[in-house]
Amino acid sequence: MEPILTARGIKKIYPGSLALDNVDFDVYAGRVNVLIGENGAGKSTLMKIIAGAETATEGEIAISGNAVRYSSTHEAELHGIGIIFQELNIFPNMTVAENIFIAHERMSNAFAIDHRGQNARASEILGRLQQNIDPGTIAGSLRIGQQQIVEIARALSHDTKILIMDEPTSALSEQEVAVLFRVIGELKANGVAIIYISHRLEEIMKIGDRVTVLRDGRLVAESDVSDVDLPWIIRQMTGSDDFAVDAPDAHSDEILLEVEHLSLPGWSGAYKVEDVSFKLYKGEILGIYGLMGAGRTELLECLIGACPEMKGRISLAGVDAVGASIEERIRDGFSLIPEDRKNQGLVVSLPLLDNMTLSSLRKYVRLFSIASAMERRDVERAVNELGIKTPSVLAPVSSLSGGNQQKAVIGKNLLTKPRVLLMDEPTRGIDVAAKRDVFNIITKLAQEGLGIILVSSELKEILTIPSRVLVLSKGKLTGEFKRGEMTREKLVRASAANIAANVKTGVAV
Amino acid sequence: MMGKRFSVVNILINLRIFIALIVVFTVFSIFVPNFRTPATLVILVKHVAINALLTIGMTYVILTGGIDLSVGAVVGLTGMIAGGLIYEGVKIEAFGYILYFNVWAVMAVSVVLGALIGYVNGFLITRFSIAPFIVTLGMMYIARGAALLRSGGSTFPNLTGSPERHNTGFPLLGAGTFLGIPYSIWIMIAISAFLIYTARKTPFGRHVYAVGGNETAARLSGVNVVRVKRMVYVISGIMSAIVGLIVSSQLVAAHPATGEAFEMDAIAASVLGGTSLAGGRGSIGGAIIGAFVIGIMNDGMVMMGVSSFWQRVIKGVVIIAAVIVDQFQSEVQRRAALAA
Repeated sequence: MEPILTARGIKKIYPGSLALDNVDFDVYAGRVNVLIGENGAGKSTLMKIIAGAETATEGEIAISGNAVRYSSTHEAELHGIGIIFQELNIFPNMTVAENIFIAHERMSNAFAIDHRGQNARASEILGRLQQNIDPGTIAGSLRIGQQQIVEIARALSHDTKILIMDEPTSALSEQEVAVLFRVIGELKANGVAIIYISHRLEEIMKIGDRVTVLRDGRLVAESDVSDVDLPWIIRQMTGSDDFAVDAPDAHSDEILLEVEHLSLPGWSGAYKVEDVSFKLYKGEILGIYGLMGAGRTELLECLIGACPEMKGRISLAGVDAVGASIEERIRDGFSLIPEDRKNQGLVVSLPLLDNMTLSSLRKYVRLFSIASAMERRDVERAVNELGIKTPSVLAPVSSLSGGNQQKAVIGKNLLTKPRVLLMDEPTRGIDVAAKRDVFNIITKLAQEGLGIILVSSELKEILTIPSRVLVLSKGKLTGEFKRGEMTREKLVRASAANIAANVKTGVAV
Repeated sequence: MMGKRFSVVNILINLRIFIALIVVFTVFSIFVPNFRTPATLVILVKHVAINALLTIGMTYVILTGGIDLSVGAVVGLTGMIAGGLIYEGVKIEAFGYILYFNVWAVMAVSVVLGALIGYVNGFLITRFSIAPFIVTLGMMYIARGAALLRSGGSTFPNLTGSPERHNTGFPLLGAGTFLGIPYSIWIMIAISAFLIYTARKTPFGRHVYAVGGNETAARLSGVNVVRVKRMVYVISGIMSAIVGLIVSSQLVAAHPATGEAFEMDAIAASVLGGTSLAGGRGSIGGAIIGAFVIGIMNDGMVMMGVSSFWQRVIKGVVIIAAVIVDQFQSEVQRRAALAA
């Protein structure tokens, strides 16, 4: 079978670094071409070059055997190449149809947009994707999964032959992933070539046809997915296949955190979190699993004190915490690693040092000012202990890789000497090696007696790391499992309980 | 080789405001006779001090991602309040008696008023989540209106006070010197030193940058965002009041239109000094140098006899050019980060 797109000898040099070194990459029509590698391996750079967002320093790209040159995403679109970025490019204030035809508006005359024609064509495309979304809906009111479908529809609206998807499932629930995979299946059947980037390895085994592995800007392996297994991929990516984590099972009987009848009212009378009660023991890793919108993030935000409108009781080691501000709760031993590193975890404009001590500055105040030497010494120690790779603690935090940024957020929390660590999707968007580091850190902290709440939507993590898992669905507690008694099926079923029957559940277990 | 050239460019860009200062200073030294005499320079710095004080307050506000348009109007109002207290005192109707405060009390009243107006700005912004632009625009009209209402639009003249009222000495603030340098310059130096230190070395300063850089992350890290925001408007209000006192003391009169468009020069100096209007980036020191660049240009062009119409055009061009260089700098830094 002939590839539809061939990239040969692609080289990309940034000032001072070689992002891609002589990479060959073939893309086949009607197949899911998986591109995989750790952070910094060059996946994104290669994608940007193929999508026209960056230009290669050297190398050639040919489509259907003809050499092509383009230097913008618009020109790439003319060659039938579309890209869906990890961060969705949706205009939340516009309708679905307006989003689909943005910058390609259909005109009824020289000045006016043909709204009726756009809506009709949008319906047709969404119908092809078997999606029942009204083109007149305001895009911002759709769920993330549906917004992504709108992006796919946008790509299809200009006859895309090659569709690049960068981490398309990172923000989706299990159900939405199932829908996305069905859509991908249909696109394949229609002869569209999919280029698929993901950190979720199981996903790749499930949906991929062809896998290409990059490491340090070089092509290290390619193969049909049917010929390889998970350990092979991990070995190619990292050079080792060790992924097992030695998570502790035992914890003390001492209750650290007790939550009773916690509820958080939403806007429309429905509860975001409804009557949740549980206990967390010293040294325990408690997992919380649930779909997008199940109330996991909101639960953690209530615990850290970001939701003053919550009802119920929270007590840390017997001391009531309700009513305390975030500042006071951090002082008392709560700490939160938020879901969204860039928007909630870090102040990207500040150096690593300033970020790491943002929650614990109080400790370093002598008289009126910050004792810089002491601050720097503590940060440097934390950087070493956590294995954060940075040229200097004064480097801008934005220059660090995703995994190192996440470790910086963890470091910021540890410098407050917490007793309870609330972690919201701590491994989202970081590579396998960094994940392993994060889990080792969690394990070590639990052994030191911290109570850890780990929110994750990756089943594999939830099944292996915590000793006990709570499942939330629509804000309610719908299941509690000890390690050993939980299975994928049980977790997924509990996470879909309590959801209204009119939602189509295409759960793939 | 490439890396080396790159870092030279980077250093030049990081020092751009110093370079701008040296350039304008050199240019006017060449074209204006007597520009570098101590007497000229003292007058120049005296002019700069006014804008520099407002710029410091403004920069704190901008660093949190806000803006304070009420600055000029508060200069006018606080000057009028001080002027009124000295000129006509407070009539206590019941006893048919007029109460006069001494000058220290008068100044304290003005500064407290400035702080209070700033607090109201910050309160409205944080309590009702209204855009700082709107709140301080409203406050600009309110304060200016109040300044005009205070005297019915006329000036309080001759603020020398009188010995029998125990309120003499107000003109000294504007006219007095220590070691040959006017008080207003000493005030600028002292306040600059204090607030540069605060920005760089205290938790409050760190929090200002964090709030401007990423408010959500700051809040979730335990930073009291509301308190930080209210505080920066209070600082800006206090700076405005101090300027209001200095200006009315220098003129020995309080006029309700004093301070019109002062906020614009403060914003310009802040941006020229490298402060990002989006918040989180910039420095107080840089902004003060920005105030010097604007001040030197103002006085230098006057001395050169450039028409006041052209002065405005040139100032506008310089401000826009500064922002273009700023954009260029963030691009260079982004590429440097990529290369790292």
